[in-house]
Amino acid sequence: MVRKRIIPCLLLQNESLVKTTRFKKPSYIGDAINTVRIFNEFEVDELILLDIKATTSKTEPNFELLKDIASECFMPLAYGGGIKNLAQAKKIIEIGFEKVIINSGAYSCNDLITQIANELGNQCVIGSLDVKKSFLGNYFVYSNSGNQKEKINPFQWAKELESLGAGEIMITSITQEGTWNGFDMGLIEKITKQVNVPVIAHGGAGSNKDIEEVFNLNVNAAAVGSMVVYQNKGMGVLINFKK
Amino acid sequence: MITIIDLNIGNIGSVVNMIKHVGGICKVSSDPSEIKKASKLILPGVGSFDRAMKQLREKQLEDIIVEKAKIQKTPLLGICLGMQLLTNSSEEGEEKGLGLINAETLSFKKAFDEKEIMERIPHMAWNDIRVEQENDLTKNLMESSRFYFVHSYYVKCSIKKNCLMTSNYGFDFASAIVKNNIYGVQFHPEKSHKYGKKLISNFVKL
Repeated sequence: MVRKRIIPCLLLQNESLVKTTRFKKPSYIGDAINTVRIFNEFEVDELILLDIKATTSKTEPNFELLKDIASECFMPLAYGGGIKNLAQAKKIIEIGFEKVIINSGAYSCNDLITQIANELGNQCVIGSLDVKKSFLGNYFVYSNSGNQKEKINPFQWAKELESLGAGEIMITSITQEGTWNGFDMGLIEKITKQVNVPVIAHGGAGSNKDIEEVFNLNVNAAAVGSMVVYQNKGMGVLINFKK
Repeated sequence: MITIIDLNIGNIGSVVNMIKHVGGICKVSSDPSEIKKASKLILPGVGSFDRAMKQLREKQLEDIIVEKAKIQKTPLLGICLGMQLLTNSSEEGEEKGLGLINAETLSFKKAFDEKEIMERIPHMAWNDIRVEQENDLTKNLMESSRFYFVHSYYVKCSIKKNCLMTSNYGFDFASAIVKNNIYGVQFHPEKSHKYGKKLISNFVKL
């Protein structure tokens, strides 16, 4: 039986983990290595680490930290944040990560995903898009940790990411992220129908019911944040993972 | 000493971490003289079939690996693409495989199109395995073992006794193969928690 993956998505800021709400108000969760070690003990399906500062502060991925993290983990790992070129992507894969996540880099360097896919294989590169819903219900993509609005339409962009060579598509709803209000089902359904590669839904998971619902949309994986780092909505930090 | 064959592709780091974790000793090398001395070999790899076979030939490793495995009976474990390289050929490319196990590597896409199966490719998931035969690699694996898979091509054995484990994605395929001292696993034991630890530790103890 193929199991759909539930993937804790952890946000790095310098060497610490934080959790944001709608990409704002980062609040401190804990030390990265310790937290990752706990998730390894929980035997989670996979782990995503996103450095939310690397692109905006124009720094390289923190390779030393990633190396320490990889040595603690016996599950698939994906990293995103500040990857600008093929050499950086290769270095991350060699360290022991399975996948790199390309978001802002795909807007500024059009063939970055293609280069990585050709060199390392499609399965190594996740094309990621951050999407905000306007008051009128229209969808827009943003780069640079949600700071820069891009001109392209999200549905077109998702297809474009696939044709550039992304082996997986990660959809994050900025509007839902950190709210515990559930996934943006309309957004995820529409994109999932348009692409043929596996899809990771992210942003808004607040309960197992939310995850079950999004799994009904034919996505392959759900990424979760608040649910696995807080005891409950509005409550204190508690690293947890219940299947 | 386990020698991990370095083809400059893929995340060898994770394989090294796992071997160390279960108490094994290993080194990573693509030097023919080092590989000749190895008491066990691991052939890992992600990427494309042709590229990996060309690398093996360029580095003059093909004949050495075949001799070690066939004549010296050195235990050899192929992981993911490394398993596919043990077969005769692959629909992914034109190059001949190592031909150590009588099997072919076939395309999921082609099979899905023919059988009208609607599954996404790659097969990227944790999946169950069914152990087809007990041996030193599969002994004491947990009943509920599950492993992490990422692949777009699958292996079909010509002879049933070479099939060590089966998994299902659209249809049943060989998720592990065996011939004497030669083993291949389609999944990533180095990324499959305690289930993978058990399998790697079995290999270390061979």
